Amino acid sequence: MTLPETSQMVAGRSKGARARGRAAVVARFLVVIVTTYLGLLAVTFFIGRVIPIDPVLAVLGDRAPAHVVERVREEMGLNLPLYQQFFRYLGDALQGNFGTSVLTTNPVMTDIRRVLPATVELATLGTLIGSLIGVPLGVLAAVKRGSLIDQAVRIIGLIGYSVPIFWLALLSLLLFYAQLRWVAFPGRIDVVYEYTFTPKTGLFLLDSLWQRQWDVFRDVFRHIILPASLLGYVSLAYISRMTRNFMLNELSQEYIVAARAKGLSETRIIWFHALRNAAVPLVTVIALSYASLLEGSVLTETVFAWPGIGLYITNSLQNADMNAVLGGTIVIGSIFIAINILSDILYRTLDPRTRAR
Amino acid sequence: MSPLLTVEDLRVSFPTRTGLVEAVRGVTFSLGRERLGIVGESGSGKSQTGRAIMGLTPPHARITAKTLNFDGIDLLKASPRQRRDLRGNRVAMILQDPKYSLNPVMTIGRQIVETLRTHRKIGSSEAKERAIAMLEAVQIRDAARVFDLHPHEVSGGMGQRAMIAMMLIAEPELLIADEPTSALDVTVQLDVLAILDKLVSERGMGLIFVSHDLRLVSSFCDRVIVMYAGRIVEEIAAADLRNARHPYTQGLLSCMPDIGNDRHPLPVLDRKPEWAL
Repeated sequence: MTLPETSQMVAGRSKGARARGRAAVVARFLVVIVTTYLGLLAVTFFIGRVIPIDPVLAVLGDRAPAHVVERVREEMGLNLPLYQQFFRYLGDALQGNFGTSVLTTNPVMTDIRRVLPATVELATLGTLIGSLIGVPLGVLAAVKRGSLIDQAVRIIGLIGYSVPIFWLALLSLLLFYAQLRWVAFPGRIDVVYEYTFTPKTGLFLLDSLWQRQWDVFRDVFRHIILPASLLGYVSLAYISRMTRNFMLNELSQEYIVAARAKGLSETRIIWFHALRNAAVPLVTVIALSYASLLEGSVLTETVFAWPGIGLYITNSLQNADMNAVLGGTIVIGSIFIAINILSDILYRTLDPRTRAR
Repeated sequence: MSPLLTVEDLRVSFPTRTGLVEAVRGVTFSLGRERLGIVGESGSGKSQTGRAIMGLTPPHARITAKTLNFDGIDLLKASPRQRRDLRGNRVAMILQDPKYSLNPVMTIGRQIVETLRTHRKIGSSEAKERAIAMLEAVQIRDAARVFDLHPHEVSGGMGQRAMIAMMLIAEPELLIADEPTSALDVTVQLDVLAILDKLVSERGMGLIFVSHDLRLVSSFCDRVIVMYAGRIVEEIAAADLRNARHPYTQGLLSCMPDIGNDRHPLPVLDRKPEWAL
């Protein structure tokens, strides 16, 4: 009566089919990237045309003679039909040419190259702090559900997303800078080093490390640690909450009972079996939180005088510097697209069920 | 020879907001290297009996017994560490549905190797060899390939074979099978049962077969315990099942369909409250 199974019972596929599946996935990614990016450009173009700011006036001021205004309007292509303007805009944007900032008189791209690394550095460190502490806290809260630890994590989280960040930022400056002198004055780097230190990538921590300028590294660290910890705290609040939920869900699954029946230790069951499964949705959560920090947290950047992209765009907006605003928006939109794709790829790597379907 | 497992007056209860819910209320039986079937309807306590023996009852549950003894080890006095060393090693359990009881993000092979390496000091290449041999023992052809597959890539029947391999690789003396075929197609059920049958006889294991399928249990086991509302209402040799005395067992038996007999109306199972006392 013992029937050996037939090979059709294995729902496996040949190598060729797998490769084709992978190619289809890549193709789908490309379509998504192109359409999303076109949509992003269309929206920013549209915004640039409907706001009541005349780009010509913004460049010339309102006292320029009429024939100059007319000439500049033609130079800028604003006399062309709208669809032609859009294609020009598209071509420029794809080459990274977003025009000149009225405020700084630099090409917008030059400005962004300066401010973006500051935000990237801050957001990355913040996300690292947030996930390296938030994930273990969430796991502990789930495992010790209803215990004191769980309540403590809940309260830490509650404070994290209900207290305004600028208030936390000001208080922490008061404590750690003004009182305890543990951290440095707001800003990215001490004035002393601003002329001796020539950053390559614009990520000061990495640059100083790479150039072995230890005093610079220490100074940069003393500047970044407080704002990064604050951003980390806010993302920790969210990440620990989500980790707890995902873990509770995983720990109630039957494969956990099976793992216990195998005689595995609780440590292995929690941190290997359950967390490895919870990591699948967690990747998206962390990626989204990272993306929202990359957007530039204006309030934090303002309080800490951090020359990041959030501050740059806000300043430009207040000064009707539309080229800078639209350029910055496109860059942030591109980052969002990139992070989404990255998290999608990571999701596929972590979950074998989604691979090459 | 002393029995492998002695259970005397086992009680499992769960404190809830409305009071204590008793899932198992004084179950007594002993088991040698034989096959014992436990049948009963949902909520009769048959699964909780098995989980209490494994030590897999949720932590808030209360377990008491006059005796709960596995091969000379008092399970109630054993430390969590001792009980963990028994699980998967000397006492193992097969769960109902391989779709949920295998870790979806680990390959089948790694999950089998994991059981072995938890309990034996063994190198990874040797562990792999033994896992593949075990997969062959549960009659998976092309075992080396299945070793690297993830649970979602195999059928339910093959998943349950992998489950059996995972639980038997450390050569336990007692196996608790909790509805091991209920989630499978009828045609696959027989294959899986046959594999289980063969391995249990070859290795001389004791088997507790928990099921709601009376016919399956009677054909597969030596002895049958019928549970109702947390108690044993009847214990009978599988061959004598036709002569069951308890009205609940008779009721269960008469509910079974029979080819060639017109059975209209099908009898309704009688549940007298005094049986639950």
